[in-house]
Amino acid sequence: MKKVLGLAAVALLGLGLVGAQAADKLKIGFIYVGPIGDHGWSYQHNQGRIAIEEEFGDQVETVYIENVSEGPDAERAIERLARDGAGLIFTTSFGFMNPTVKVAKKFPDVKFEHATGYKRADNLSTYSARFYEGRYIIGQIAAKMSKSGTAGYIASFPIPEVVRGINSFMLGAQSVNPDFKVKVVWVNTWYDPGKEADAAKALLDQGADVIAQHTDSPAPLQVAEERGAIGFGQASDMINFAPKAQLTAIVDDWSVYYKGRVKAVLDGTWKSEDVWGGLAAEMVLMAPYTNLPEDVAKAAAETQEKIRSGEFHPFTGPIFKQDGSQAVGEGEILDDGTLLGMNWYIKGIDDKLPQ
Amino acid sequence: MRLELEKRAERSSLMALLSPVIALALTLVTGGILFAALGQNPVIALYTFFIEPLTASWSLQELVVKATPLILIGVGLAVCYLSNNWNIGAEGQFTFGAIVGCVLPIMFPGFESALTLPLMLVMGVAGGMAWAAIPAFLKVRFGTNEILTSLMLVYIAQLLLDWLVRGPWRDPDGFNFPESRVFSEAATLPALADGRMHLGAIFAIIAVLIMAVVLLKSLKGFEIRVLGQAPRAGRFAGFSQNRMVWFAFLLAGGLAGLAGISEVSGSVNQLTPIVSPGYGFTAIIVAFLGRLNPIGIFFSGFLLALSYLGGEAAQVGLGISDKTTRVFQGMLLFYVLACDTLILYRVRFGRPSATGRGN
Repeated sequence: MKKVLGLAAVALLGLGLVGAQAADKLKIGFIYVGPIGDHGWSYQHNQGRIAIEEEFGDQVETVYIENVSEGPDAERAIERLARDGAGLIFTTSFGFMNPTVKVAKKFPDVKFEHATGYKRADNLSTYSARFYEGRYIIGQIAAKMSKSGTAGYIASFPIPEVVRGINSFMLGAQSVNPDFKVKVVWVNTWYDPGKEADAAKALLDQGADVIAQHTDSPAPLQVAEERGAIGFGQASDMINFAPKAQLTAIVDDWSVYYKGRVKAVLDGTWKSEDVWGGLAAEMVLMAPYTNLPEDVAKAAAETQEKIRSGEFHPFTGPIFKQDGSQAVGEGEILDDGTLLGMNWYIKGIDDKLPQ
Repeated sequence: MRLELEKRAERSSLMALLSPVIALALTLVTGGILFAALGQNPVIALYTFFIEPLTASWSLQELVVKATPLILIGVGLAVCYLSNNWNIGAEGQFTFGAIVGCVLPIMFPGFESALTLPLMLVMGVAGGMAWAAIPAFLKVRFGTNEILTSLMLVYIAQLLLDWLVRGPWRDPDGFNFPESRVFSEAATLPALADGRMHLGAIFAIIAVLIMAVVLLKSLKGFEIRVLGQAPRAGRFAGFSQNRMVWFAFLLAGGLAGLAGISEVSGSVNQLTPIVSPGYGFTAIIVAFLGRLNPIGIFFSGFLLALSYLGGEAAQVGLGISDKTTRVFQGMLLFYVLACDTLILYRVRFGRPSATGRGN
């Protein structure tokens, strides 16, 4: 028995060596927090991975681990990719920040890219997208399309990213209708179709007639579709799930960024950076404006172009906080630091931020 | 025509011993077929899944890290289940132990001395015991079903943790993201080698050894089993049912709390909204897979940990989905339970007998 095992081990070792010889191409690893089939966050990151394979072909090899819990398991999963010979590793959720920092310290020759975090090192970059730019646009659309003047907003966790999204959505809506109302439901999950659908139903029952979401499943849109309401896709274009209800979607497109970073590694020009790109960087895209009157679609496209060209910033003052104090004065723009740590609502949002 | 399970008059002790081995063999065969159906070479796939994680020092250490909480919780749960106390809430006891143990490094980060770690561990154990004391009290005082109470307390502990890391315990330098500050060196369980294996592994071994002696060799072990299998007989022998409820819950809670604070201090180094990928629930499987025997639990803890690591290795090495890992774990448990059942019972086809013996 022992002998057989030994032989098998030798044979497999041989296989391993063959594998190692072919390894002069760049191996790129991805860690996903969800399943790649979620049609939301992890799905879009995986689309970025596929784009890398298509662009660079034989020069690269990509591997991924999906459904990695943001907890004790994360560090092991990241380290496995590094040990497996990956030269560039993308960790694609905020909760992977400290594990990524730890593994990056252990493997100084491997390059790491962490999405949505704020800790960097010589071999650790951070990147994120300015999704709030898209949220301003859908806020405007919502205010124009809503008959009841009330939107329902399905929010995941009260972290700055989500709070910033709600504020931006509301700023967009207020630019059309200063009395616009938004009802927020916190579902405390990024992905739970059942919970998200329940929240959407509750919001529609409470008088909202347009649904916005900061969770990843198409379930809220599907509820809107069933109930004759309208809504917006999240992370990916969800038009197939709700052909009549989706007005547009805020699409996370990581492929341009990912391809750029891979090229930088291949060229030897990779440097640790902090990238926060939006419409202009093509990290945020808007799905086609559908199911909309022509003037609304046109106005949305105009706003999109203004934000993209830098002519307009969604967080341009005057902006007042919920408690009445002024956050930024007339004509000024809220700085990135404040945006990144945002933990307050703007005036007009009828909800108490969970603390 | 119907299927019936009939208790075997005598069971083969050899078969009972071999049962987990047969189950493992069946899992490997079915797994091989599964991999072949997925278009993989079954030998390489099985090697990646079960052997590769054992071939490098770092992954061996990771295996220990993953198995440590499962074993610590599992041996405590064994005492609960043997004594007929259905504590399903180890996940909550783990979480609350982690919370209480982290009071020091989070609220008093300046307190760095040789006492920091021992105090954290003691507080972690106390936290786990306190959380387990609630279902114990409710059962003893009101006769409440401990399955429900202990399970529901899991969610309360998780939400409490969630609230703490999003609110009062948020890292002051963390841009309002939901994480506590990172612990200092003085609040970190020392590593045992060059990797992530930490002192918690020693706690697990000690717990296994002590509980093996207690359960297999001591009067207390006898008391636990008698009260579990024949409560009336136990009462005649002068054993107190209520005292056993307290003993089992406090022991299991304390060990789960120890696992919680060890994991947070030794492995994660901070409190995050999720501190456990389901250890408390997986440990239930570990306890039964190990047949409620501390030595068995030691091995089953490693086996389950291996299935997680192997699943990741297979994802990276072979590019197969993480769902395969779950299927594998499910298969393993299915075969173990099936083998056990068929050793104790025999399947009979036919009508129920005239006397209507259903079981």
